[in-house]
Amino acid sequence: MNLMVASLLAVDPLLDTDKWWWKVLAIVAAKVLAIFVIGLIGTMLMVWFERKIVSGMQNRIGPNKAGPFGILQTLADGMKLFFKEDLLPDKADKWVFRVAPFLAFVPAFLLWSVIPLGGDFTDGKDGTVTWFGETTRVQLIDPPVGILIVLALSSIGVYGIMLAGWASGSKYPLLGSVRATAQMISYEAALGLSLGAVLLMSGTLSTSGIVGGQDGIGNWNIVATGFIPFVIFMIAMTAELSRPPFDLVEAEQELVGGFNTEYSSIRFGLFFLAEFMNVITMSAIIVTLFLGGPQPLTLGGVDMLGFAGPFGGTLWVILKTLAFLYTYVWFRATLPRLRYDQLMDFGWKLLIPAALGWFLVLAALQMTRDKYDGLGPVLLAAALGVAVLFVAYLLFNAALVVSKRNREREGVAY
Amino acid sequence: MPSKPKVPGLIKGLGVTMSTMFRTLKDGANTVQYPHEKETPPTRARGVIALHEDNCTACMLCSRSCPDWCIYIEGHKQLAPPRRAGGKPRQVNHLDRFDIDYALCMYCGICVDVCPFDALFWSPEYEYSEPRIADLLHDKTKLGEWMETVPEAPELEVGAQKK
Repeated sequence: MNLMVASLLAVDPLLDTDKWWWKVLAIVAAKVLAIFVIGLIGTMLMVWFERKIVSGMQNRIGPNKAGPFGILQTLADGMKLFFKEDLLPDKADKWVFRVAPFLAFVPAFLLWSVIPLGGDFTDGKDGTVTWFGETTRVQLIDPPVGILIVLALSSIGVYGIMLAGWASGSKYPLLGSVRATAQMISYEAALGLSLGAVLLMSGTLSTSGIVGGQDGIGNWNIVATGFIPFVIFMIAMTAELSRPPFDLVEAEQELVGGFNTEYSSIRFGLFFLAEFMNVITMSAIIVTLFLGGPQPLTLGGVDMLGFAGPFGGTLWVILKTLAFLYTYVWFRATLPRLRYDQLMDFGWKLLIPAALGWFLVLAALQMTRDKYDGLGPVLLAAALGVAVLFVAYLLFNAALVVSKRNREREGVAY
Repeated sequence: MPSKPKVPGLIKGLGVTMSTMFRTLKDGANTVQYPHEKETPPTRARGVIALHEDNCTACMLCSRSCPDWCIYIEGHKQLAPPRRAGGKPRQVNHLDRFDIDYALCMYCGICVDVCPFDALFWSPEYEYSEPRIADLLHDKTKLGEWMETVPEAPELEVGAQKK
């Protein structure tokens, strides 16, 4: 019976056992605890990191009073939020209003569970480690549908924002949440299509499987899928996270504070936490998908962080994630916010067609590679693919021109 | 597409922020941590208005031109010894009270401009905050102390001297 449950779960070699003994449970509990703590501490450091880097880019000092280099500033802010008055607007839908922060916050945490945080994946090893005589992975669960869980949870996160705006019973939060919903649905399409390219290359949905397939920098999906899906994924992800330059959801100049205007105290704190935690988890996911997660970067066949021994994989994940976090902060410090129509144009008329076209070409190439040997058929498929893309681009452009002409003839609709 | 994103501008902007960050790392931020370190204001900074009491004739021009009515002047007439021996004693205005209420003052500087006898000056001094708002009413002794912080007047341009 137990075995059947374990095979059904099949999320971790650890659970594939008949002996549900304290050791197994302790390891799982320790992993849950570790992920929870990493999530919270990581978020705390992320807020500090962001404020510090942005201040550097604006020639300021940034937080420097609480703790060394101001590293405890977030802790102080969080405690302040705890002790503030918890307001519940009169016109709010009380129950939904209370639930919404958790809808945003819980998925952000759960996303951590499918990210491979370490382990040795080099030379076709499957990344399992042995702790206290039990074989396990350095990730909480490794379900066969790992990436689908990521997509599902990030979509549930949108519910949190949408319901928060709706339940506030106030117009600006509502406008903010409508924007959030429209933006996230639009960019989720581009996100999914560029993700499709990765899945096509890896042939699996399991996150550890995806990492295992990226042995050596030439096999990293950023190279294997031809860079374009990576760029699209990165942009769509920034929009998903509603970070600058896509932070229309919280455009202070237009919407007061966006969907969380009516929130105060720790309810607001939860939104804040979820937002920054999502930044970290999403960066970790892009690292997993495109940059090989714990896969080392080798220089002349030698792992550049080889000295770290069994912690090398974890160190690589942290380093790569940090690079992305820095990039997000860098974008935030630089890029001005898009206008709403620019946002929609960019998403629907550029990112989605590009992602779709690239996905089709990759699929054709993969198909040819599977069926025929040699370079000739692949080149032919590539040429055909580019030709089809070109025709599709022309058609698409024609459609845009026609629709624009019609729009101008009919006058503005609003 | 009317709203095509301009890639070169984006990249240029990213370069600017990146180089600024390295500049901050190398040279430190521009921020002056005020109570711990102090910034030297420019010599002609408008910090506070100082009074050179000997020059004041209690003519009330400053008080009357003040938009906020924050200058309080009281004086009385008295006799001063004659300039030349054997002359008649002169009648002068003696200044009894010259107060500026810095809680009202808006630092327009009209009083400094309007003073015909060079009795009022801008001083770059800026540390004179008080815990109570009423304490911002400063009398002529305090205004006189600030005269020490007033910088030397710049030299006149060539040809601007009195004939």
